[in-house]
Amino acid sequence: MRYSAFKVFLQGLTGNKGWQPMWREPEPKAEYDVVIIGGGGHGLATAYYLAKEFGISNIAVVEKGWIGSGNVGRNTTIIRSNYMLPGNEPFYELSLRLWEGLEQEFNYNAMISQRSILNIYHSDAQRDQFVRRANAMLLAGADAEMADADQLRKELPFLDFDNSRFPIKGGMFQRRGGTVRHDAVAWGYARGADSHGVDIIQNCEVTGINIENGTCQGVQTSRGIIKAKKVAVCVAGLSGRVMSYAGMRLPIESHVLQAFVTEGLKPVIPGVITFGAGHFYVSQSDKGGLVFGGDIDGYNTYAQRGNLPVVEDVAESGMAIMPMIGRARLLRSWGGVMDMSMDGSPFIDKTHIDGLYFNGGWCYGGFKATPASGYCYAHLLAKDVPHSTATEFRLDRFRRGHLIDEKGQGAQPNLH
Amino acid sequence: MIIEHPLLGPRDMAEFVYLGDAALINRPDWQDPDAANKYYEYQYLRDNPAGLHRELWYHEQGDRSWLVVTRDTLTHEITNVELARDVAVEEGRSR
Repeated sequence: MRYSAFKVFLQGLTGNKGWQPMWREPEPKAEYDVVIIGGGGHGLATAYYLAKEFGISNIAVVEKGWIGSGNVGRNTTIIRSNYMLPGNEPFYELSLRLWEGLEQEFNYNAMISQRSILNIYHSDAQRDQFVRRANAMLLAGADAEMADADQLRKELPFLDFDNSRFPIKGGMFQRRGGTVRHDAVAWGYARGADSHGVDIIQNCEVTGINIENGTCQGVQTSRGIIKAKKVAVCVAGLSGRVMSYAGMRLPIESHVLQAFVTEGLKPVIPGVITFGAGHFYVSQSDKGGLVFGGDIDGYNTYAQRGNLPVVEDVAESGMAIMPMIGRARLLRSWGGVMDMSMDGSPFIDKTHIDGLYFNGGWCYGGFKATPASGYCYAHLLAKDVPHSTATEFRLDRFRRGHLIDEKGQGAQPNLH
Repeated sequence: MIIEHPLLGPRDMAEFVYLGDAALINRPDWQDPDAANKYYEYQYLRDNPAGLHRELWYHEQGDRSWLVVTRDTLTHEITNVELARDVAVEEGRSR
């Protein structure tokens, strides 16, 4: 179904009774060219680009719950491409470019708002580090802009510049960063994929992966066996569980990240702001709630809820940069389970099993990567070679020693 | 979460630092002919189970002992806490 101003007008006159479901509810067929496990943002984007750009439309997306019930609906909706390392930055910049054209691309209002992201620094050494990162971003074709404390005082007067422990010395802007209506991303891709003939099969849990003689034959699901020439796993958060069906151990641990939203306030925070001396990021949603989060809880878990020490740490970090948020009342908090990889960077790769592909390890940065992840995964599935921006996201990079460790923490997933 | 420390009784999780799977106690033999591969698996690959998980916690803000905590990763329920030293000695390590 396509939308237009005329349709909205017409439906308004006829009591909004003529809207149709945005995608079908098909029964699974016996066989597909590609079965994508996981109907989240990345899985739906993969199906969409496979059908639209790479000419493969005999695809099923199988999802154990309803589409968008996982992390695409549980994140803090930030998009940005302020990475530094050569293996990452071109990929995230591709993603940001795809975000910029996404609403026209799939004719759906995803409320993409390039309201800027600011990374604050608190010391000279940190400034040097941000200058280096900004240069790396510029070299990859992204935008970056350094701002000193005087400029920030004009733009964001509510920050606690003279905090005695963490005085604010300046920051690095990426003006093209911003926020997106996250659910609409899942719905837009789902509708787009469906209109190109992709079967989106909800309430269909994968319970096994059929492998014969080193070749993947299809999947066992709660709704029967589905054969497939290629099986594409795309279940970040639960990667360890699904890949164990294929007998694989991964360089990944599952951790929970909490996020918080306050009651609706008048517009106070113009863009996304991140703290440089702890882990805290905040933006204001279009409804007015302050959306913020911080560190992961730091222990293996599959429970979509966290513990209180992190809540306290996030609140303290927030108070350290903008004490005014202490007046806001918290409406709710939630947790999402994420794949924390051994170097903090993701995987888009073939496995050693023919016909079995893996996409995961997105840590807490999966949402911003949605369009590029889908595009690059579709490229890999269609052509069996990685997209030029995703050549480093290989499963064997630890064995080869080619880590993509932005934070330099080593093989300690809870510190990335 | 409250961790029932075998020596100190119930302690808040905020006093601890988390390392990961208790399999990290079993460091491979560096003289093994397959040592490079074994160290790769030891360092980077994880079982990451959904359910009971034996894991290493360090009581940094306390007596600085290493603990092996058995915890359910689906419910956060802790069913067993041992001193990591006892576990290692039981598995044949000298200390």
